[in-house]
Amino acid sequence: MADIKLPANKVQELRDICAKFNHEKGELINVLHAAQGIFGYLPAEVQDIVAEELNVSVAHVYGVVTFYSFFTMTPKGKYPISICMGTACYVRGAEKVLDEFKRLLDLKVGETSANGDFSISCLRCVGACGLAPVVTVGEKVYGRVAPEDVKGIIAEYK
Amino acid sequence: MTPEEVIDEIKRSGLRGRGGGGFPTGLKWELTRKVKAEQKYVVCNADEGDPGAFMDRSILEGDPHTVLEAMAINGYCTEASKGLIYIRAEYPLAIERLKIAIDQAREYGLLGDDIFGTGFSFDIELRYGAGAFVCGEETALIHSMEGLRGEPTVKPPFPSESGYKGAPTNVNNVETYASVPVILLKGADWFSSIGTEKSKGTKVFALAGKVNNVGLVEVPMGTTLREVIFDIGGGIKGGKKFKAVQTGGPSGGCLTEKHLDIPIDYDNLIASGSMMGSGGMIVMDEDDCMVSVAKFYLDFTVEESCGKCAPCRIGNKRLYEMLDTITQGKGTVEDLSKLRNLANVIKDTSLCGLGQTSPNPVLSTMDNFYDEYLAHVKDHKCPSGQCKALMSYIIKEDACVGCTLCARVCPVDAISGEKKMPHVIDQSICIKCGACFEKCKFDAIFIE
Ligand SMILES: Cc1cc2nc3c(=O)[nH]c(=O)nc-3n(C[C@H](O)[C@H](O)[C@H](O)COP(=O)(O)O)c2cc1C
Ligand code: SF4
Ligand code: FES
Repeated sequence: MADIKLPANKVQELRDICAKFNHEKGELINVLHAAQGIFGYLPAEVQDIVAEELNVSVAHVYGVVTFYSFFTMTPKGKYPISICMGTACYVRGAEKVLDEFKRLLDLKVGETSANGDFSISCLRCVGACGLAPVVTVGEKVYGRVAPEDVKGIIAEYK
Repeated sequence: MTPEEVIDEIKRSGLRGRGGGGFPTGLKWELTRKVKAEQKYVVCNADEGDPGAFMDRSILEGDPHTVLEAMAINGYCTEASKGLIYIRAEYPLAIERLKIAIDQAREYGLLGDDIFGTGFSFDIELRYGAGAFVCGEETALIHSMEGLRGEPTVKPPFPSESGYKGAPTNVNNVETYASVPVILLKGADWFSSIGTEKSKGTKVFALAGKVNNVGLVEVPMGTTLREVIFDIGGGIKGGKKFKAVQTGGPSGGCLTEKHLDIPIDYDNLIASGSMMGSGGMIVMDEDDCMVSVAKFYLDFTVEESCGKCAPCRIGNKRLYEMLDTITQGKGTVEDLSKLRNLANVIKDTSLCGLGQTSPNPVLSTMDNFYDEYLAHVKDHKCPSGQCKALMSYIIKEDACVGCTLCARVCPVDAISGEKKMPHVIDQSICIKCGACFEKCKFDAIFIE
């Protein structure tokens, strides 16, 4: 992995947050939530800083980051697309919608397009099961999405 | 009321845990009370991991104060001064409202030091989940709150003896807590007058899937599945035939026609091969393939297994692969007995509730829909036309009027034909998305 240069002001922000949590080991998950809020993702460099500040091993931080699906080590696209694969959406055809997104963008789940515009991920239920199948792009929620709607949704962001 | 009196009232009410297991709540409180310790904790499990269920979210967003009040009551009974709510990060609105409610409660003196001059102190903090289903399991949840990977540990010791930071900890679900204040206000007799012999009160279900009315429903325990699906849910969407209903989420099972009239309660659902779980209820119609449904749940379990123990980590992956082979039309009849054997081994040997219940969707669909499994492995056919590898879309020459609609909706341009002439689908290009099938106004496309 190529080294990433983190902006100094953001690094300071992260160090301040660790201090706010009293460099407490038990607060690791809260610190990571905050760190992902600052950087958008958790590259190795960020994990190094967190490990140093909380006085735990990098391996421990990495173990926690990779355990929880909320944390990501790759930056998401400018327009992160999430397809709900919760049960209600699944029985109403979410898989076909997902396949269509994957096909049109030529991406796998978890990948980000080369120009950084789109990324695809799967969600488990956003609590809008009445609108199943549900797709979100950033903050925007699309309900009752059919495979043939996919082209149009992508076009909105191109 | 003294702490003992409160616990006694809860015990008499017959309230059982709404988080899935159905453990008697009063008894759990008593167990936590009995353990002697300097510091104890009250934990609210708001992880709500079952996809397709959102009862807890609606309580936390709609009436967070009931939960705070119940936690304080629990603190009073168990001599704990600190409460923690473990809430999933996917619920930003619930988090915001809880924060407001906690601030309000502190302002009114309902939380904090020496509440109303009684000498009892209690305060509540929030802890956030980070998208791991297994963290709903109480020991995993406690590890997650400690900033660790959310891996479960063997019980005993139960959290009531050794929980958060090794201290006695009372863990209850959101809906369980929400039942407590009303029991104390209206009395145990009132509460226990609702429901069945062994399951008291009401239960909220998240009705979803192929029913006309989807959403949350609260019914007295003992209501039948038929009443919930057909009377409240308004029956199956599009006049299709009811096939199955999955209760209990990824840990539960699929129930069928013959189970529609049993009264819903903890024990009846388990006896029928499913479980109450947190209250997700997904209705399926004749178009759903039960082998695919089982595979869908297994896919979930494989992804969510924490990997700590081998039966769950490796076994579920193998189960998934076998189901996948069957849906590809490459399974054999022998695979079915292997499937059942492996499912039983995983059930018996896994460390935590996730692994112990993960084969349930497989076992219950095999019990209730064995014919469908047989059709996949013997005839290499999917009776409900869901398994892509086992089907093809074909245009009936005599029914096609050549309106060209299908050719236009096809996302991969697999359909060709002159205007007003019968069209054909090129099977080598077709991705079997079904878009043409759904759009054709002349029923000229059929699945084989
Ligand atoms: C894999 C797994 C996931 C669970 N998820 C949840 C959950 O999301 N919410 C919940 O309240 N309980 C969940 N539970 C049950 C908890 O372990 C625990 O029994 C419950 O929080 C106890 O509260 P109750 O007695 O009020 O039901 C889960 C259990 C297992 C094994
Ligand atoms: S049964 Fe599965 S989730 Fe539970 S401890 Fe074992 S591997 Fe982890
Ligand atoms: S299952 Fe998709 S929103 Fe609930």
